[in-house]
Amino acid sequence: MSISRREFLKIASASALLGFGGISAFEILQPGQFEASQVMPDSKGLVAKRWAMVVDISRFRTEEDYKRCIEACHRIHNVPDVGNLKEEIKWIWKETYEHAFPGQKDEFLSEKIKDLPFLVLCNHCNNPPCVRVCPTKATFKRESDGIVMMDMHRCIGCRFCMAACPYGARSFNFRDPRPFINEANKLPYDTVFTNGQDREALIKKGHLSFPTRMRGVVEKCTFCYERLAVGLQPACVEASQGGLIFGDLEVPNSEVRKVLNEKYSFRRKPELGTYPSVYYILG
Amino acid sequence: MYDGWKIIIGIIIFIGIATFPILYDIGKASVPPPEPKIDTPEIQKMAEKKCIESKSFMKTEHMVMLNDWRDSVVRDGNRLYITTDGKEYAMSLQNTCMKCHSNKKKFCDECHNYVAVKPYCWDCHIEPKEEGQT
Repeated sequence: MSISRREFLKIASASALLGFGGISAFEILQPGQFEASQVMPDSKGLVAKRWAMVVDISRFRTEEDYKRCIEACHRIHNVPDVGNLKEEIKWIWKETYEHAFPGQKDEFLSEKIKDLPFLVLCNHCNNPPCVRVCPTKATFKRESDGIVMMDMHRCIGCRFCMAACPYGARSFNFRDPRPFINEANKLPYDTVFTNGQDREALIKKGHLSFPTRMRGVVEKCTFCYERLAVGLQPACVEASQGGLIFGDLEVPNSEVRKVLNEKYSFRRKPELGTYPSVYYILG
Repeated sequence: MYDGWKIIIGIIIFIGIATFPILYDIGKASVPPPEPKIDTPEIQKMAEKKCIESKSFMKTEHMVMLNDWRDSVVRDGNRLYITTDGKEYAMSLQNTCMKCHSNKKKFCDECHNYVAVKPYCWDCHIEPKEEGQT
């Protein structure tokens, strides 16, 4: 049986009408039947094309200046203190000049700089080698803002990323980190997404809002994505009192771009082509 | 039938072993079905005691929903969930779910133990402190 062009169009238009009519009939009889739940980002969140940080090392004069930043980070992210250098877990830490910038250790380098500890963290590279090697895509670069993230649910602990990272920014949980999270540091974290009253109730119950990690996963700095999402600066930046400057590298008049425009800056191991997003200035 | 008695004894032994688990349980009290509790202080305070979606949906789909939430928050950066009736919630097991359902033992574990599933949520996510727990 063949069908003429006219017949075909008739049937097609009739069924299209029926389809649309069917949905609207449902809408009238049972409102909300086809309404689906939705997800969206928090409107309070900070957005950028590519987040970056400038470390103004001249603002770090005393031991206390470093400690403030490191402790702020490690406290709110439940980073354990294993007390053993081999199994150390660190998101942000102090490094000597020759370790942080191995290619640039010149013969008669100023004593002041040579002995200066530099504050180092994950560089959130624009071309991150850790992302390329991850077999499960547990570590990935967020398309929206360039943060190199970890999805702890996917990490299988193969440690390829640790081998790939030229900055040693990644730490492995050789054992269950929970017993090593300092009890005194187990303070409730200040970006609970609920309102003030609820927060107090949660604090009283010792409720923490950031998860810990488990044995056998790799962890690192995440540029405080969970704080950015609710409109806060990263914890270390907040604690640094001006020593760390955070902003969008792609916006010409952002905080970081202004600083980079004025001062001579350098990055860790630029020759590797990873395009780090953490810049250093000497003041 | 050659060696008939051997075969018959073999069959009897086989049936005995195969039906042992069933016979063993006959007459024993069965494990009572789980009764998850929702009587936490937070829920008692609520004017309308309602979860973010309907009870039947949460009962059957909460694991799918939590997986979706995880991917949405971690990978896409979408942190707000808008329910079918238009309310907004932060997608967080630790901070949203457990804020009301602060009784993990009687709410989560009750059913999970009954059906012998061990979700790995609590390896990382911190459960609310309950009474009698150090």
